[in-house]
Amino acid sequence: MSIALRKRHVLGEASLDREAYSPANTSAAATTPRLAVDNVTLEYRTRQHVVKATQQVSFNVQEGDRFVLLGPSGCGKSTLLKAIAGFLTPAEGSIRLDGNTIHGPGPDRIVVFQEFDQLPPWKTVKQNVMFPLVASRTLGRKAAEQRALETLEKVGLGRFADAYPHTLSGGMKQRVAIARALAMRPRVLLMDEPFAALDALTRRKMQEELLALWQQEGFTLLFVTHSIEEAQVIGNRVLLLSPHPGRVRAELGCADDSLHSLGSEATKARTQTIHRLLFENEVAP
Amino acid sequence: MSVHDLRGPVDPRVDRFFDLPPVDVRELKVTRGVGQRLWDQSVVRKSVILVLLVVAWEVVARVQNNPLMLPSAMETASALWHGLASGVLLARVSASLSVLLKGFALGAFLALALTTLAVSTRIGRDLLTTLTSMFSPLPAIALLPLALLWFGLGEASLIFVLVHSVLWAMAINIHAGFQGVSETLRMAGRNYGLKGLRYVAFILIPAALPALLAGLKIGWAFAWRTLIAAELVFGASSGKGGLGWYIFQNRNELYTDNVFAGLVVVIVIGLLMENIIFDSIERLTVKRWGMVR
Repeated sequence: MSIALRKRHVLGEASLDREAYSPANTSAAATTPRLAVDNVTLEYRTRQHVVKATQQVSFNVQEGDRFVLLGPSGCGKSTLLKAIAGFLTPAEGSIRLDGNTIHGPGPDRIVVFQEFDQLPPWKTVKQNVMFPLVASRTLGRKAAEQRALETLEKVGLGRFADAYPHTLSGGMKQRVAIARALAMRPRVLLMDEPFAALDALTRRKMQEELLALWQQEGFTLLFVTHSIEEAQVIGNRVLLLSPHPGRVRAELGCADDSLHSLGSEATKARTQTIHRLLFENEVAP
Repeated sequence: MSVHDLRGPVDPRVDRFFDLPPVDVRELKVTRGVGQRLWDQSVVRKSVILVLLVVAWEVVARVQNNPLMLPSAMETASALWHGLASGVLLARVSASLSVLLKGFALGAFLALALTTLAVSTRIGRDLLTTLTSMFSPLPAIALLPLALLWFGLGEASLIFVLVHSVLWAMAINIHAGFQGVSETLRMAGRNYGLKGLRYVAFILIPAALPALLAGLKIGWAFAWRTLIAAELVFGASSGKGGLGWYIFQNRNELYTDNVFAGLVVVIVIGLLMENIIFDSIERLTVKRWGMVR
């Protein structure tokens, strides 16, 4: 019950508070999206072949979006996210952040990975959150520590600032990773199936918390998932990718879908639509 | 009726509910006995092993009753005491240790530099793997005649063979450690803009620390062996030598108890290094971080 109430509260206010971020109200956004992916083809090389992971994928992420890349495995969504993070160079097309083509990884696009070992085990929780701030020379040590403690408080881990990652549960580790990313105040926050390795109850809780944080902080989020439900709950826009090679099948608005509306007809109908779009071409076994 | 519904249309079992009475907290946690907790300490267990070994040595020596071939533990202890009291043994130990530390530090530094090069470039990696496969099997002592020819009798020759004995073993270990660093951690580091030496220093070295420490331990053991052996070989013509020279000299004069005292010092320094220095480093780093058990 409390979950449903809180969710309604979050989403109800979100649509009002984030008005400023909608493309229509921001003159700059109309010309330059926060993130522009333009006709991007990504390839990876094996010993014998060059394999096409995505083919001419285009989409725009506006400031304040919760943009979800959704598709079955093999649709190149994670590869796409890695390219946006700068770990891969597109074979064709361009990726622009605030109008500037990206070259290599950088602290303006912080990634939250799925794997728990993304936290250096030799750093305490606080040092982990400070790490990118100090490593990228964004803040001095003192200021970084201050911001790390503030951000940890926001994700509810203030008490664990001096704990080492190996003493935390999976959900807490992901919270640290999220805090670490948020503390950097990146231009876009990239999340690669961050909750996929968690149990169902923890995942539900983390989705809620992420939305509450978005509500508080108003960051721009690009989120990769293979779960239709998660896409609808997290995203305000969903990009559907078809597999082999990854191509854009559809782009849908789903700001009305939330954890508490999962039983509603509209949400169910959208789930059906997404399911049909993703799987209609599949041959029955 | 579905295939799974094997019990028929009505399940006769009723729903069950329980009231949970409060639990006595004292029953949940029982303190273990002092003896058990003491036995948990590895220091205690290791000490017991050492004491048993010394007792066995003493018994065998007394049965043999031939101090020239096998002095007893007590005789060795007394020789050790005299050696230490006269200052001869301490001088020898410090001579050995100073050479050892120099060679060890230089070898470790070169190993780190070579592996850093190896993770940065492809040609660097090829260089490292080729060099290690060439030189790693080559015994350091086999290089000693050459070293004496090049650097003459003295410290420089010893340091040369020490570096050779430490470098390759450590380089192999460190490189294996660097290669084992998880892809996610690497990407996280690059994500924050770390490159080149900062990337090695802030991501690779701490992430590969378990392998690095293993390399340091192996390097240390190799260095000790090489040093003592080298001193035994050319200590004969050198005026002031280290522990190896001490052992060699006393064997020539048939002071077998002094030979044993010298060997005991080598062993004790090895034990101290392993159990105090390396153990503390591990406890403060990799164990504390949960990287090794």
